[in-house]
Amino acid sequence: MKLPTFPGGIHPPDNKATTAGKAIVNCPLPNELIVPMLQHIGAPAECCVTVGQQVAKGEQIGTAVGPVSVPIHAPTSGEVIAIEPRLHPVGRPLPAVVIRPDGDERWHEGLQACDPDSLNPDELRQLLRQAGIVGLGGATFPTHIKLSPPPDRRIDTLIINGVECEPYLTGDHRLMLEEGSTIVDGILILRKILGVDRVILAIENNKSDAIAVMRQLCTATPIQVQPLPVKYPQGAEKQLIEAVTGRQVPSGKLPMDCGAVVQNVGTAAAVNTAVHLGRPLVERITTVTGTGVRSPKNLRVAIGTPLTHLIEQCGGFSDDPGKIILGGPMMGNSQISLEVPVIRGTSGLLVLRQQDISVKKPGPCIRCGQCVKVCPIHLQPTVIALCARLGLVEKADSHNALDCIECGCCTYQCPATLPLVQSIREIKGAIMEHKRKH
Amino acid sequence: MDKALYISSSPHIHSGVTTNKIMRLVIYALLPAIAVAVVFFGLPALKVLLICTLGCVACEALCCKLMKQPLSINDGSAVLTGILLALNLPPSSPWWLALLGAAIAIVIGKMIFGGLGYNPFNPALVARVVLLISFPVQMTSWTAPAPLSMGFDAVSSATPLGEMKSAVMLTGQLPEMATSGFDRYFYGLMAGSLGEVSALVLLLGGLFLIFKRVISWHIPVSFIGSVVVMAGIFWLIDPTRYPSPLFHLLTGGLMLGVFFMATDMVTSPITAKGMLIFGCGCGLLTVLIRLFGGYPEGVSFAILLMNATTPLIDRYTKAEIYGGHNHETGGVQ
Repeated sequence: MKLPTFPGGIHPPDNKATTAGKAIVNCPLPNELIVPMLQHIGAPAECCVTVGQQVAKGEQIGTAVGPVSVPIHAPTSGEVIAIEPRLHPVGRPLPAVVIRPDGDERWHEGLQACDPDSLNPDELRQLLRQAGIVGLGGATFPTHIKLSPPPDRRIDTLIINGVECEPYLTGDHRLMLEEGSTIVDGILILRKILGVDRVILAIENNKSDAIAVMRQLCTATPIQVQPLPVKYPQGAEKQLIEAVTGRQVPSGKLPMDCGAVVQNVGTAAAVNTAVHLGRPLVERITTVTGTGVRSPKNLRVAIGTPLTHLIEQCGGFSDDPGKIILGGPMMGNSQISLEVPVIRGTSGLLVLRQQDISVKKPGPCIRCGQCVKVCPIHLQPTVIALCARLGLVEKADSHNALDCIECGCCTYQCPATLPLVQSIREIKGAIMEHKRKH
Repeated sequence: MDKALYISSSPHIHSGVTTNKIMRLVIYALLPAIAVAVVFFGLPALKVLLICTLGCVACEALCCKLMKQPLSINDGSAVLTGILLALNLPPSSPWWLALLGAAIAIVIGKMIFGGLGYNPFNPALVARVVLLISFPVQMTSWTAPAPLSMGFDAVSSATPLGEMKSAVMLTGQLPEMATSGFDRYFYGLMAGSLGEVSALVLLLGGLFLIFKRVISWHIPVSFIGSVVVMAGIFWLIDPTRYPSPLFHLLTGGLMLGVFFMATDMVTSPITAKGMLIFGCGCGLLTVLIRLFGGYPEGVSFAILLMNATTPLIDRYTKAEIYGGHNHETGGVQ
């Protein structure tokens, strides 16, 4: 049987074998945790503790500001030793609460477990918001908002994203193998909130063991496990919706506009922990991998753990590191320092050695059409990038630059090694600016 | 951490398929055709190949210097243009013809537009057509292939398409060579340009390129398909006057054009639909020129004419974007 997928996309070497067989291990606490107030898309949380204050694990240290925001919690018990801007994965210092762990891992007393059956969807949404649940696939969009479609949008499909299409990353894969039932319970809560019948768990078929495990666990549930062929960027929301349902999200609109909501498997697990155990989101699975680390691992990490600590836990660098990437190699951000902390969106820490990095000088576009062929949005990346180089903002807009999902397939494939997606990113900023002014 | 970390925006990996590698693969795909040319036509063929290739590289180097641009000969495109030009010339071409062709291909065909990627027309074909029009005698002096001969006793001979055309013009009937014995054309036992002799090796090279995903199937399939359909229609109308589609496929520069000239990325459309239209246009024009034009062979003219339509095709074959309606836009092509 031919598996469903989306048109376009690429097949980079997945490099997952390094960590796919490695069970998740708990990363010990570092000497200090740096917990930024911005770990989600939306308004940063506002710090609500003071220097010197003792905090318990799971206690709120930042409150949500406005509707698109979530609170931040202490990842462990300890003392607040500083509240100051610290270097953030975005590349500049942002407000953060620095906590010195006391080693007790004492949970906050106000937290209480709930029975999802005793709560209505609105109460569950509120609970998830208070628990700081955001999309753990990397986008960190507040989950309660994705679960709150306006009354005029009918949602008929909940898609659970177990695709993990970024090369190197194996955190979701391990989570499905080791904590599948947590994921299933979380999915059922999400299903209840949305009130949908159709629930599809999508997994790429390079994770056949996870497909088998999840099928087993889902037998008595309405969840349907859907294997997909391996292709990047299948885990991107729009592409996953197209692969699974055949529908397309209208340009400029949200997935809920085509009746679908997508949630990551890690998010589903966090939802279950928040409801059944009453514990907010204070840790996540991060794959520490790449040629540059001595013993790559899948770690369960307290939010706020500095990258240096993760590297130490993985045997240190194998060689001079050339590039430190948070996330996967296709969409992750390269870091200027190892002092930045793990945040809610940190799915991976990828270390490439100096010798792994080749900086090629871009040549002229030879119009091979590869970027057009691989673009999952069916754009003409080389044309938009040309507009960007020439500063033609309106022209770039007319070529639908704003629809670019920045997956990077065009740049990956370009034989002239042109920075296509990078140029498109820049011109997208200019288009937004232009639209604000006019 | 002694060395500074490298910072760049994503993606952080690349497929490894570079322009240079593409050029190299196309050259590999042409090696069998080059070998056949040298075996069939001997030293003169080798001479033409060398002059064209070295001439193209030298001209490009010179242009870069004059234009104060970084030296671009390492991208492999000049070598490829040289080889393709040689394959488009008669084996008996004098040295000056080959050298002039190289200069036309690189200077007029490519560098005055800004170098690789900016030329609207296939450089090797520009050179071939300029030479054909300017030096018709030298460009149509064909020698019969003589496997493994050293080329000192070349026998002059007509190309199958040339023979067919003159016979039809004189008698209104197809000669016998255009109705049977096609296997010799398939293996390459016919007069023609260096790269026109063996359909078999060109087909193999072309399939290698498709297999390696250097070129997509769209242009070759639509080109060949439209030749078969067009030629087939005329053949069915009057098989005594119009040769069969198979004759069209195996003779002249068709296979070279289909797999190596029409698929030139720079001068063909970037959309899949556009490539299909482009290939159909090439096939259509080729058959029309061969049957009704003044020249016996029409592949080069057909491809050049279609090259001119490439920006237009690209503009009107833009795919509908994901989740949207294709807003009509002016093209920056």
